[in-house]
Amino acid sequence: MARKLLLEHDSVPGIETFEVYRKHGGYRSVEKALKKMSPQEVVEEVQKSGLRGRGGAGFPTGMKWSFLAKPEGVPRYLLCNADESEPGTFKDRYLMEKLPHLLIEGMIVSSYALGANLSYIYIRGEYMWILDILEKAIDEAYAKGFLGKNILGSGFDLDLRVAPGGGAYICGEETALIESLEGKRGNPRMKPPFPAVKGLWGCPTVVNNVETLMAVVPIINEGGDEYAKIGVGKSTGTKLISAGGNLARPGVYELEMGLSVEEFIYGDDWCRGIANGKKLKACVPGGSSVPILPAHLVTKTAAGEDRLMTYESLADGGFATGSMLGSGGFIVFDEDQCIVRNTWNFARFYAHESCGQCSPCREGTGWMEKVLNRLEHGQGNLRDIDLLEEINKKIEGNTICPLGDAAAWPVAAAIRHFREEFEWHVSHREESQTRNYGLLKESLVG
Amino acid sequence: MSSTHVDLSKRHSETPCFSAEKLAEAQKLMSLYPEGKHKSALIRILHMAEEEFGGWLSIETMDYVAGIVNIEPIEVYEVASFYTMFNLDPVGNYVFEVCRTGPCMLVGSDNIISYIENKLDIKVGETTKDGMFTLKTAECLGACGYAPMLQCGKKYHEHLTNEKVDELIAAYRSGELPK
Repeated sequence: MARKLLLEHDSVPGIETFEVYRKHGGYRSVEKALKKMSPQEVVEEVQKSGLRGRGGAGFPTGMKWSFLAKPEGVPRYLLCNADESEPGTFKDRYLMEKLPHLLIEGMIVSSYALGANLSYIYIRGEYMWILDILEKAIDEAYAKGFLGKNILGSGFDLDLRVAPGGGAYICGEETALIESLEGKRGNPRMKPPFPAVKGLWGCPTVVNNVETLMAVVPIINEGGDEYAKIGVGKSTGTKLISAGGNLARPGVYELEMGLSVEEFIYGDDWCRGIANGKKLKACVPGGSSVPILPAHLVTKTAAGEDRLMTYESLADGGFATGSMLGSGGFIVFDEDQCIVRNTWNFARFYAHESCGQCSPCREGTGWMEKVLNRLEHGQGNLRDIDLLEEINKKIEGNTICPLGDAAAWPVAAAIRHFREEFEWHVSHREESQTRNYGLLKESLVG
Repeated sequence: MSSTHVDLSKRHSETPCFSAEKLAEAQKLMSLYPEGKHKSALIRILHMAEEEFGGWLSIETMDYVAGIVNIEPIEVYEVASFYTMFNLDPVGNYVFEVCRTGPCMLVGSDNIISYIENKLDIKVGETTKDGMFTLKTAECLGACGYAPMLQCGKKYHEHLTNEKVDELIAAYRSGELPK
């Protein structure tokens, strides 16, 4: 289960330079695509691969590409979403720091497939040092003839540029990203029109995550069918997981889809269990927006089957007993962590990051933060728990972009699975200020 | 929002002005976009301006940037006030932004924040009397596997402990670490 497609060479010294990257097979997919394949053939390989967007939504990439409008005489744009901001997620940062040329390679092939001659990498402003790494690599690629006019004599032109954000979670949402790239506030747009029809500067635009664009490289090298052989069902290929929280060995891992969650958390090749020999209390498997799972639902589904690292298995049981693979931001909580405190922390995050455009989100996230704050600090009452659920329902589905849902889900899931801990914060106001609740009774039983 | 012990706002008594070199850099950034779309470079030029003019964006700085990008000042204000990286109040020479979001909190970012507050004798949002350090908190900076952490300028300082914070502050004070 340790086949690596993206991180095959990440530990090679100097792999961030063109020379070393090329020596290790870099840019082969550009040669293959531009010299031997039509753009449509590239799109078809990606469709065959079953690749799904690695930013969080998991939408099939080939299908997204096929939606791109192609009106005559209108430029099309490919944008790389490197705004990685979902709490718990730090894989794109690792990928870009180590393998800037892999991203450039993936963007050349993808731009060729889409007919884009000017593409941008939109990177979160806090990653400014990575912007330097990317620009250096881009300069090298221009010097070697892989960017610019008539790449490898194919007649295909591509300019690639990097643009930084200014610190705003919302700019990871694709229409907010486009607004930001236009030099404006990151307020999401109403859809439709979708970016595939009207995106950057009103032109057809595709926005893909860093990891998604990198995955195009092995897909073209090996073929979409080969890529689709890896994984389970509709979760094909490998996935980068950012493992954080109370793990013995946190970090970025590339795994073949289908690895068991048990093996990933406890295996010697992976996270090696909970830090300091403690017990698992809960896990948020796909970034802060996805539902939290209590220990007894992390490694097994409600039906008692092994939980796997796939889109489907992590979602097994729906929101009642499942969660989502999301961005692969895998956050693990040990027995001493307070769920109320963490829920408040996440709610504060969303209140801070709401763009303020839609009232349900602007007001609702603020309310949730305040109510959770008082519960956490021993000033809540039982009605607050119901109030949170009520606010939740008023946000969910009532906003232009998914930030509202992303703010509502973690709170709903925490109450669903850890209601007894919330109630304990009310019944033991003073005690809750000096010690944590510990494990759920259900987890203690088995 | 943030309060300071000393009045640093006097820093901008003169109208900000890029050097010829920086101005050329700004022009080049605008040329990375198709004709007429140069406003796209605004965020990056604001980062540049902040770095050049004392780590924050005064009204004068924003007006100056509006002139360079050839847009209305309000178009700069609305952007500068939206993105959290831009400081609209004066800051110290070094701004510590400690990540406070979930994954960092799970491994002790709250303790790191209190430790820095005590060590520098300031609260979050404040600047030390000597104008050296400003302490802020930030939402997830994408270092969850290497937490707790803080960002200072372009640099991420990770796997923080109290001892590491001591070393870091000493290094910045002595000028060993660049801005």
